[in-house]
Amino acid sequence: MYEITEKIELSHGVYQYKVRAPQIAKKRKAGQFIILRMNEAGERIPLTIVGSDEETVTIIFQEVGKSTNILGSLGVGDHILDVVGPLGMPTHIENFGTAVCIGGGIGTAPVLPIAEALKAAGNTVHSIIGARTKDLLILEKEMEAASDKLYITTDDGSYGHHGFVTQILQKFIDDGCAPDFVLGVGPVPMMRAVAEVSRPHKILTMVSLNPIMVDGTGMCGACRVTIDGEIKFVCVDGPEFDGHLVDFGELINRNRSYLKEEKMAVEELTYHEGEKCYERSPS
Amino acid sequence: MDPKEMKARMQIPKQPMGEQDPKERVRNFYEVPLGFTPEAAIEEAKRCIQCKKPLCVGGCPVNIDIPWFIELIAEGKFLDAAKKLKETNGLPAVCGRVCPQEDQCEKVCIIGKKNDPVSIGRLERFAADYEREHGEVTIPELAHSTGKKVAVVGGGPAGLTVAGDMVKKGHTVKVFEALHVAGGVLMYGIPEFRLPKNIVKAEVEYLSRMGVEIELNSVVGKLDTVDELMADGYDAVFVGTGAGLPYFMNIPGEHLVGVYSANEYLTRVNLMRAYEFPGHDTPVLRGKKVAVFGAGNTAMDAARTALRLCPEEVSIVYRRSREEMPAREEEIHHGGQEGLNFQLLTAPKKFLGDDDGRLHGVECVKMELGEPDESGRRRPIEIKGSEFVLDIDVAIISIGNGANPLVQQTTPDMKTNKWGNITIDPDTGRTSKKGVFSGGDIVRGGATVILAMGDARRAANSMHDYLTTGEW
Repeated sequence: MYEITEKIELSHGVYQYKVRAPQIAKKRKAGQFIILRMNEAGERIPLTIVGSDEETVTIIFQEVGKSTNILGSLGVGDHILDVVGPLGMPTHIENFGTAVCIGGGIGTAPVLPIAEALKAAGNTVHSIIGARTKDLLILEKEMEAASDKLYITTDDGSYGHHGFVTQILQKFIDDGCAPDFVLGVGPVPMMRAVAEVSRPHKILTMVSLNPIMVDGTGMCGACRVTIDGEIKFVCVDGPEFDGHLVDFGELINRNRSYLKEEKMAVEELTYHEGEKCYERSPS
Repeated sequence: MDPKEMKARMQIPKQPMGEQDPKERVRNFYEVPLGFTPEAAIEEAKRCIQCKKPLCVGGCPVNIDIPWFIELIAEGKFLDAAKKLKETNGLPAVCGRVCPQEDQCEKVCIIGKKNDPVSIGRLERFAADYEREHGEVTIPELAHSTGKKVAVVGGGPAGLTVAGDMVKKGHTVKVFEALHVAGGVLMYGIPEFRLPKNIVKAEVEYLSRMGVEIELNSVVGKLDTVDELMADGYDAVFVGTGAGLPYFMNIPGEHLVGVYSANEYLTRVNLMRAYEFPGHDTPVLRGKKVAVFGAGNTAMDAARTALRLCPEEVSIVYRRSREEMPAREEEIHHGGQEGLNFQLLTAPKKFLGDDDGRLHGVECVKMELGEPDESGRRRPIEIKGSEFVLDIDVAIISIGNGANPLVQQTTPDMKTNKWGNITIDPDTGRTSKKGVFSGGDIVRGGATVILAMGDARRAANSMHDYLTTGEW
């Protein structure tokens, strides 16, 4: 059992937890993830490790489905049944020169430890974080501290630049300040858009992929993606890949495999009385 | 045995074992064979003529003293029989169910020359079940503590066998298991209806009672490396990390929604209990028409699991003929009874999807058998112009596994072959790294539970020699 030692609500339905897992905390490197399971009937869900101290690892998640909703309902002193990690390959960190780190929505969480590591390796780090609206923006202060300069975008213009993270990256390039390295983590369409902006300029662009996983330790093959025409497994070969080589369309499609089942599961959680929608006859 | 009794024993017919009716059982996940009654077990045990030089013992990868335990059953001493079994086999309830006895002990049984061989596997299962169900599982005597510490990486059949053997020899043993339960393929791979999970849990519990410590959620290679374990005070390490990433066929459309590896499909259903979704959180696409590609035991497990998830039709698509199918005859027979559709001499060319990227069919081509290839089996050759489309919405690919890379990646001085499997001395299970042993699928690339256990037995014996003499 793994105890939750700190809980912070970063925005509506987005939480930052510290979870006591000293062995994982000691070993983990930027870019790696854990898999957790809430209870005996629970599924195994992967979450990026955002940070660590001696005793705990930090995770950030958004309530989107049944498991994350159960996780979000816990408080300090509650326990998670299973936590396994650190999984995946650590981010390759070197002094590229100038790095642009882009985080979209909840994707800013995995970007933070990588931005910190890039900065520590001597890079000049410019970061761009974006969200649909101001209230959904997370880790602004932390990203500011990790970066030489931070740019903010919101889709609705409620804060920072009115528009998308890719527009800021495009502007760097147009202004002759093309970076040597780009990191983009966020919704898959955002990562695809980032890769398309940097592709004509041949700027190395890494993205962190978030496919559906089951075991997460290199056994089941659920997390397979196509990289440069070849099958790769995100849990052991990733999660980071060269964005110019990723088949994003395929990933978007595969991530939609269980949309119907995910709805059923959420209803199972919030159900009070009467028939569940999937039990009703389709009259 | 006097000749008269021997003759009488040879007259006893093979005892039948009850099974769930095929029509019933495809609607549930309960075990298919029901096991012997005590009367049937005694009768079957009496069919053994107690050969002076029993060939069956040599046919068993862990060399169980088969005539001895069978005679104890014949005498009605069921608990003694179970105890006898456990001297050489830590997992008799498992092996009695999943071993391919027809290719091992029963294949060489002398009775089998003229008649049906003695049902050794069913008797093994009976004794182990009897002991467990009567709550009288006794702990064997453990040797005096040697003060040596052994780390076992992976809690599957190989790892559990090493753990049991080494703790009996007086060593302190800790098993590091990556998943949230121990048992490995016995938990995630083999379905409930062939190996009930409470049996695996009981076997693991038995090891714990003997003093084996089991640490779950512990991925060696990521959390601790083998070198760190040794620096941490472990005197020897056994690596039994099992089957790794599944192979795919590299044909178009393999990424469509609805295309699974057998590993993923079985893990979702067995380990994560997707058949109880939404009561359990992990879903699996049940589909209306399912096709399994491959014809080994894993393919049969996947296909028979699919039958139980209520689709209209489940097919086995295999490019050779029934004779070449590598699965056990019993599995093929059971699958046939349950209504599996065998699409033999058929090979897939590409998967077909709809606009949403979901699978709706597979284009296949008929094959014919030509001359034998290097494996000795007749080579399948495409029949030109015989292409056809099979309508399916779930595909399960079961054509084997590669090696799991996690331990090897962080243990550079442990030699591997070109496929990434760990290289060992087959007689001792020693790897190229001092103090480190290995066996099972991480060495073999994909074999059976009992072969993994045989590897583990040899590795445990030579590990014990190493720990007591210090000689490598």
